[in-house]
Order: sequence, then C-alpha cells, then structure tokens
Amino acid sequence: MIVGHLKDLSAIAASVRGHKKILALGCGGCVTVCRSGGAAEAEDLTREISHPRHHAGIPPVLTTATIERQCERDIVRDFLKLPEGTDAILSLACGAGVQIVADVFDPLPVIPALSTTFLGGADEPGVWREKCRGCGDCLLTRTGGICPIALCAKSLLHGPCGGSRGGHCEVGGDTECAWAKIYARLERQGRLDLLEQPVAVRDWRCAGGAGPREHRRTGVELRFGKT
Amino acid sequence: MKSGGNLEAVLVAGHFAVTGELGPPRGSNVDAVRKKAAPLKGMVDAVNITDNQTAVVRMSSWATSLICIQEGLEPNYQMVCRDRNRLAMQADILGASALGIRNMLALSGDHQSFGDHPKCKGVFDIDSIQLINMVKTMRDESKFLSGEAIDGPPRLFIGAAANPFGEPFEFRVHRLAKKVAAGADFIQTQCIYNMEKFGRFIDMANDMGLTQKVHILAGITPLKSLPMAKYMATSVPGMDVPEALIKRIEGVDKKKRADEGIKIACEQIQELREMKGVAGIHLMAIEWEHKVPEIVERAGLLPRPKVAPPPPQPPAGEA
Repeated sequence: MIVGHLKDLSAIAASVRGHKKILALGCGGCVTVCRSGGAAEAEDLTREISHPRHHAGIPPVLTTATIERQCERDIVRDFLKLPEGTDAILSLACGAGVQIVADVFDPLPVIPALSTTFLGGADEPGVWREKCRGCGDCLLTRTGGICPIALCAKSLLHGPCGGSRGGHCEVGGDTECAWAKIYARLERQGRLDLLEQPVAVRDWRCAGGAGPREHRRTGVELRFGKT
Repeated sequence: MKSGGNLEAVLVAGHFAVTGELGPPRGSNVDAVRKKAAPLKGMVDAVNITDNQTAVVRMSSWATSLICIQEGLEPNYQMVCRDRNRLAMQADILGASALGIRNMLALSGDHQSFGDHPKCKGVFDIDSIQLINMVKTMRDESKFLSGEAIDGPPRLFIGAAANPFGEPFEFRVHRLAKKVAAGADFIQTQCIYNMEKFGRFIDMANDMGLTQKVHILAGITPLKSLPMAKYMATSVPGMDVPEALIKRIEGVDKKKRADEGIKIACEQIQELREMKGVAGIHLMAIEWEHKVPEIVERAGLLPRPKVAPPPPQPPAGEA
C-alpha cells in the first residue's frame, strides 16, 4: 500500500493560513489502512487545526468528510459535495489523491496534510516498512522475494557491498542489509546459483526516468470474451 | 598489453607489485597534491587517487591524477558509482585515457550518508560490476554501453575492490569471481588485519582458479596509534581488526606505537609475499604518505622494478 505520514501541525496550520472555510478530506484507501489519513485521522486533524493555539488571528472553520478513494476522478467528481463557501480543501490522501482532487475542483486550493513516503507493508501491528520502489521491472524472481532496489541503500544488483556486517547495512542504525537477507533466503531455497548470474545494466525509463508513467487496462477481451 | 602502463607491466613481468594511495585535497591546492606525491615517487608502481572518498567532496580524481603524472607518478584513477550516471562515467573514462591515465579502479562508493553532503541524491545508475564490464567493453570492443562505436577506445588497466571481511564471508569469493568475469585485471583488497581470515579467502580464490585470471593486491594500512586501531575496529564499515592486534599496540610505550604499527605492517607484507595467489600489496598509508618510503624500505620492497614499457598497440578495430 501507499504509506504517508501526517505533516507537523504547525506546518499544516501555516499552509492553511488565510483560508476561512476548509474541508478536511480523509481518504478511505491506503492511508486509512496505515492509519494516517482516514476518517478518524480527518476528525482528529479537524479538531486540532480548528484550535486557536495554532493561529494568530481567528481560526478557520473546518468541516470533515471522507470519500472511498481520492485517487479516482469518477468517485471524487460524483460523490464529493463541497459545503457552501469552502475556500480550500485540506486533503489527507497520498500525493495521487491530492492531485486528483485538485484537478476536479480546479482552481480551488487543495493542500496536502500528509507527506507521502513509500510503497510498503505492515510488518507488525502499527509498523509499516518500505518494500517496493515501483521501478517498473520487477526482479524479485531472482532475489528470493526481497527487493534490492528498495531495500539496499545503494540499490546494488550483484550482492552485498563490503559494508555488510552481521546482517546490517553500513549506513548504520537498525538498517538491515537487503543482500544479506537475499543471500540467506536463497541459501535456504537452495538457489544460490541465482547470484552467479550477471545482471544487465538497468533500463531506468520504466522507473520514471523517461517522464511520468501510464498504465492502461489491457486484455479486456481475453478476460470477458468478445460481446 | 592492455594499457601500456607501468602497473600492468610490473604485474605481467611477475614482480611483487606495490601500489600506494593519495587522497586529493579539499580545495584546488595543487601544492598539497605535489607535497603528498613527492615521497611516493620511486616507492610505488602506481598510486590510487581516491574519488570523493567517504562521500566527502575533494578535488576530482582525474585532475589529481594528472598532477601526479606531472610529478612522475603513475595514477590509478578511482571512480565510484555514487556520483555519476553512465554518460558522465563514459565521458570521464575517455578523457582520462586521452590525457594519459592508464589504470582505473571501479567502485560502488561509500554511501552518501557518511559524507559532508548527506542530503544528496546517490546516483547508483550502474553498480561496480557493471562499471567494470562497461570499461572492458569500451577498451576491448571499442563500444559504448549503448553498443555504438567508439572513435579511439580507452586504454586502461581495470581494477576492482574486494573485501574479504564483508559478510556473508562464503559469498565474498563469489563476488570476486563476478568481478573477474566482468573484466577486472587487478584487485585491491580492503585493509587486512585478520591474516588468518584473509588466508582462507585467498585459498578459496586459488581453488576457484581466480588468482590465475586476476592479480590480487593485498590491502595494508599501518596503524598509526591506539585511537586509530580502535577506530578501525569499531567505526569503519567492513573492517576486521582482531583484539590481539589492538592489545599489541596498547602493550608498547605510547611514543613507540607508530613504529609498532609499521613493524606489524612489515610482518604482514613478509607473510603476504609467501602467500600463493597474492601478486602484490596495496599500501594505504592514510594521511601518512611521507612514511611510505620508510615502510617499503623496511619491508624490503625497494628498489621498485623498472620494466620497459612495451610499444603501444594499435587500438582495437585497426589493423
């Protein structure tokens, strides 16, 4: 899922300065699951940002709403009704959601309350960790289901660098060495031979190097048959 | 000959090679380079010129290499994958060769979080093994990474690094094998303090036939002091300093610790000269360049061999 975290309240308060009637808009998608931008968080944020301690003058009036997904133009257009007089939307969605909402309500200002951080998974209750960088050419087949692009600090492709010690990365802290994990898993799988193969220089265009990427649904006829 | 350089000639002739190391200054101070270069002249067969080592900005490796050539030293131009993409790399490789640089060391590079610009974007477009292969293809097939033809291929003796003390230990020799397969002509290892473990690494390299294909230079960094020994043991990624060595430095009078460090280095060098599969040493006297003459003298590595450079070969693709 897409993971994001709430910006500092002082930064959010500064970013809504000058607006009088704001809709705090939660998203029912990924950020609800990672507990940073769903209905409950939108309610909490509304209460906080309405408080006079964040504002030099009269605090803005905030109302709250949450829709199923802010990242779908149809849903936003058909189901989101703005309260009369709304002069800004404070979106708790990921960057994709913020941009769709901004397009639909153009030119109304849409302000992000979150910083979108990564594509991740919940490793344990309440802890989400980065797993994927969306590089567009998945190589998990040969790395034991552990991604060196996202999880190696240098995105190396040919095994651990000299800084790998005790299963940890040279960048320090608790950072695990992705290649140590890959090695250990391939060893358990009896597939260390996969590490012998040279990996070709990558085509970073599919990782976004050639500009914004697009995905179009294909194979509709295959799946549903010709009508 | 692949490069026409001195290091290649020394190694091909079967001499026990010695390479040194010179860290460029944090500025455009040419005299600082000359001062460090002077004591190395005639003491080493080539000198590594580091490339923004520990991710700290310094005078560029190729520029410092050229100053070293002016000073009569053969440079080993280092290049890391952290700071440039494949276009910049290939451009610099061509320029380095054009201006007379004959050796190049291909490295991943320390992570940018260690350096003076921790907020920067690490490039890592290609990794060190891919870089080795890119230089080899440029040199031997006269082709860019794109497959397009090069007008005048670079002539470089290609080096790579190996850390026998990184983990997993069993994989290290296989990573070395990948570098050899990619096209490395010589290898310089991480600083060695754990001789027993290094011996096991070299045994494996011998068993796999790697030492027949590549010249391995064993990394030696004399310990200048007790704080340095402790720093190497605890704070440098991928380093293995046995406790006994620290105790030995600690056991001598504070004023004699630097000398004890040199003594240890000389003992290591003697042991390495007897070790099958070791083609030379890479002496990294960090910020201690002026001590290099004394170290190589005491280690019995002087005089350095004078090998007549072979006549230049026509570039690939020409008759």
